[in-house]
Amino acid sequence: MNYLKAVRPIVIKEFRQIRRDPTSLGMLLVLPAAVIILVGYALNFDVKHIPLAIWDQSRTAESRELLEKFRNSEYFSHEFNVFTYEEIEQLFMHGQAKIALVIPSTFGADLLAGRNVHVQILVDGSDANTAGQGVGYAARMMNDFSVRMVTEALTRKGRALYVPIDFQPRVWYNPDLISSKFLVPGLIGLILVLTGVVSTSLTVVREKELGTMEQIMVSPLKPGHVILGKTIPYMGIGLVSATAILVVGYILFDIEIKGSIIVLYAGIVTIILAALGQGLLISTVTDSQQVAFMIAIFSSLLPSFLLSGFVFPLSSMPVVLQILSNLAVTKFFLIVVRGVMLKGVGMGAVWEQFAFMLLFAAIMVGISTKRMRKTTG
Amino acid sequence: MSDDAIVVENLTKKFGAFTAVDHINFSVKRGEIFGFLGANGAGKSTAIRMLCGLLQPTSGTATVGGFDINTQTERVKLNIGYMSQRFSLYNDLTVEQNIRFFGGLYALSNSRLLDRMRWVVEMAGLKGRETTLTRDLSGGWKQRLALGCAVLHEPPVVFLDEPTGGVDPISRRNFWELINQLSAGGTTVLVTTHFLDEAEYCNDIIMINAGKLFAAGSPTRLKTDYIRHPILEVSFGNGNVVDALETVRAQPWAIGTSVFGTKLHVMVEDEIEGKRLLTRFLRGKGIDVFAVERIMPSLEDVFLHLLDQQAGVDMVKA
Repeated sequence: MNYLKAVRPIVIKEFRQIRRDPTSLGMLLVLPAAVIILVGYALNFDVKHIPLAIWDQSRTAESRELLEKFRNSEYFSHEFNVFTYEEIEQLFMHGQAKIALVIPSTFGADLLAGRNVHVQILVDGSDANTAGQGVGYAARMMNDFSVRMVTEALTRKGRALYVPIDFQPRVWYNPDLISSKFLVPGLIGLILVLTGVVSTSLTVVREKELGTMEQIMVSPLKPGHVILGKTIPYMGIGLVSATAILVVGYILFDIEIKGSIIVLYAGIVTIILAALGQGLLISTVTDSQQVAFMIAIFSSLLPSFLLSGFVFPLSSMPVVLQILSNLAVTKFFLIVVRGVMLKGVGMGAVWEQFAFMLLFAAIMVGISTKRMRKTTG
Repeated sequence: MSDDAIVVENLTKKFGAFTAVDHINFSVKRGEIFGFLGANGAGKSTAIRMLCGLLQPTSGTATVGGFDINTQTERVKLNIGYMSQRFSLYNDLTVEQNIRFFGGLYALSNSRLLDRMRWVVEMAGLKGRETTLTRDLSGGWKQRLALGCAVLHEPPVVFLDEPTGGVDPISRRNFWELINQLSAGGTTVLVTTHFLDEAEYCNDIIMINAGKLFAAGSPTRLKTDYIRHPILEVSFGNGNVVDALETVRAQPWAIGTSVFGTKLHVMVEDEIEGKRLLTRFLRGKGIDVFAVERIMPSLEDVFLHLLDQQAGVDMVKA
């Protein structure tokens, strides 16, 4: 039988069923964009306005100059002036301050005399991320301050400053280090994989429960026809929702596609294919929608979230997890989508990732076609 | 091509150590209604699924419409219609959309599809409901629509697996009229059922139990060939039919006993002598007997009698 003619009735039927169920369609199309908005604004690793407590024991022009730097920085917000360690502890306990600066009473005099000065920074380490970044910011400011002091002193003596290493960092691709630029492209992968796996696994299992799968299998249609017919509509939906995410990302978060839009969409098509393959495989090994849904959620969400490098850097994971991460197909897509969107890389830089995704999709679809032939109903 | 639409030879299906269908043999003549009887789990559905090409037999062969189910699966599929007890339709599609979908599966041309759609709608009594969602149809309508979809492509052989489960008696009767029409039009119908009253409508019957075929023939022949002794039907004025069954069963003159609703069927050696023994025995037990009459055996009598015998044989073997 003609391939197109064989697949057509399945495709038409799937579209009709999807249209009849506006809730699911809404979930597939609107939810991704909503998640992007939520995550783009809420999931933010940029630490700013850390509440700061200051204990200035020196109260000199020099200490005020140092404090001025902290007050003018958007990383800290100076909220409290304290006079004892007990007060600092109280503020930390109540979460009102996360970082405290203690300037000793000898600060001004030592500085003018050219002696070493000790400044203490206390940090609430229960929030590791904020603590780490806060210490980093503070250290940088101290360093700036020190360099300026030295420069001024040398200038007064008529000598120029010699700095052995002039450290001039320049961040490429995302110069302001905005988290959403890193997260939103990653979210495309997460959402496409999640919705793709869940929706395909349910569509086949639903037909098994209903008995219509059996009805299709007694017809002259081959398993390959059925799989293709079921894949096409969900591929369409995946492409629409990916586009919605890209548009929302551009409008709200200024995320542009630096590279080729064709390579990007090729990546999107490939990851959807891989996700549909995984969903089909789940549907051939389960008999109830509930079980299929559970397996689909776990097998797509966990690896995509934890092992793909979506937020947690793979390089800092134990070696075993790094090896396991190769089973998370999302990982390869994230490299492609971040590369193309943020860095503007072409196919030459990411062809290996494409190969991995295609291999994953081929294995999944291959096994499910085989299984569908064997176990019908 | 022979006169037989279906020929089954030593068909066997094993699932691991369990033998679901055990070397069964039968043939079905073209255009007849063929009943496939057995309790739930006897292996009926497994046998049908093999004949439809849904399951690969472990051993044995069969031809359906002249095509081998092992080697010509594709040709078999083009020549059969299949309807399961689940009335597998898409509940979220309309009547017309369901028909169009099944027409598409068999690649019917547009004009033929319209033609057949009119026929199905007419046959199922769904005129004016073409755009109704299938989920809103009653069981009887769904059943007829499912049959219509199964024979949309006018297959010469139709398999109906427990097609009358879960519908009301009137719908069941209507459905059997449709089966008769199909058969009259030359379609071979193989139908499985565990309703023995339905089996009376069949031209030929086979009975299977635990995967083995144990009786075959027309309903009349089954009744005369397998039931050699008179059957007495006992109606009670009051009292418990189950108590009566327990005591009568233990008597040497009772060849077979079974309960039919509130009545008891007892197979005896001789009609007159049996009536006398039975009445005296039950009166002695203080059970109020309303009437004892000889009846024509039903297929249910045949089935239960044969099952009893088989159980006896199995016990001797064990």
